[in-house]
Amino acid sequence: MDLVQMQKSLQDYTKSLFLEGILDSQFLQLQQLQDESNPDFVSQVVTLFFQDSDRILNDLSLSLGQQVVDFKKVDPHVHQLKGSSSSIGAQRVKNACVVFRNFCEQQNVEACHRCLQQVKQEYYLVKNRLETLFKLEQQIVASGGMIPAVELGF
Amino acid sequence: MGRDGGVSCLMRAEMNMMSVGGMESAPAPSDLDEVHVLAVDDSLVDRIVIERLLRINSCKVTAVDSGWRALEFLGLDNDKASAQLDRLKVDLIITDYCMPGMTGYELLKKIKESSNFREVPVVIMSSENVLTRIDRCLEEGAQDFLLKPVKLADVKRLRSHLATKDDVKLSNGNKRKLPQDSDPVTITPPLTISTESSPPLTISHDSSDSSSSSSPVEMFSSSPIDDDEDDDVLTSSPEESPIRRQKMRSPGLD
Repeated sequence: MDLVQMQKSLQDYTKSLFLEGILDSQFLQLQQLQDESNPDFVSQVVTLFFQDSDRILNDLSLSLGQQVVDFKKVDPHVHQLKGSSSSIGAQRVKNACVVFRNFCEQQNVEACHRCLQQVKQEYYLVKNRLETLFKLEQQIVASGGMIPAVELGF
Repeated sequence: MGRDGGVSCLMRAEMNMMSVGGMESAPAPSDLDEVHVLAVDDSLVDRIVIERLLRINSCKVTAVDSGWRALEFLGLDNDKASAQLDRLKVDLIITDYCMPGMTGYELLKKIKESSNFREVPVVIMSSENVLTRIDRCLEEGAQDFLLKPVKLADVKRLRSHLATKDDVKLSNGNKRKLPQDSDPVTITPPLTISTESSPPLTISHDSSDSSSSSSPVEMFSSSPIDDDEDDDVLTSSPEESPIRRQKMRSPGLD
């Protein structure tokens, strides 16, 4: 694949993430913070998000797995994940966290288990997609090209 | 505004140890003219983002992960009235609301209770748009309340507020128009503000993360950022151009 094709692929791929609602405009905000002096800003922040989220999801699994669920422990975790996913533009993860928090408030253990599964699903999805996106970017850069701006038109 | 509040320009030796996770420490005396922001957020991801948002707007940033650390940094963590001569130069404190231990609201109160720092503007950030919360903070003296996730436009607005607070009269709040607004692409030289009560504020472009061709503080003035945030996100003008925003080129094929 030549460089132009790779760049086009990246653009299309990125657009699809927005169209599917996996990413929202906050991700564009992060991209605006990337420049020559901070060329890896987005991937750095996203990597931190992944590390943070892995930890939180682990903690959540443990907390919800207890005989008696302590929602005072569960809710702050979900709040945290909601916040960080919102900050990087991981819209579907954030939305899943909002639903999760509602059920935490109701102290509905069953529903919370389902919510955790949903959050995990959305998280693995965005993780997978973003890892692919970064790979595409790396390929372009490795071929001496520049990463094109995303023209979204909406 | 922060300069009137008894905050002088000398630095304390202890400040350097307060940087959390490799964040930039407080400015050296040579950087006195730069705006120094203390950012407080328990979320690492948010700290990284807010720090970058501020630095790209020509601010020096000290980022800490709790209200207690913030107080420690400011020297407000002990009860004795501070008679010390050397004080920090902090021009803005921006803090998350929901934090374990001490909330942003509690931190705000403590800052407003201190003689050294009560004049420093405090901005609260929150992911929750709760009117009673917002009112409470504003009543307690918060300068502004930002809804998370924080955007570039929000920080630009804050930054402009700091630059023009003592000087330019804003006829319509934050939505100021510069003479150049007929050509939104014009880069104007950095504002230099001189007032009786504060030293000149020169917006420095020495910070390593501003692209040398752009003056971020100027660029937003041509449109009312508060209303057009989304437009600003998607169609930011070319001068702000990080690598990402450059148009596609056919690489050396022509």
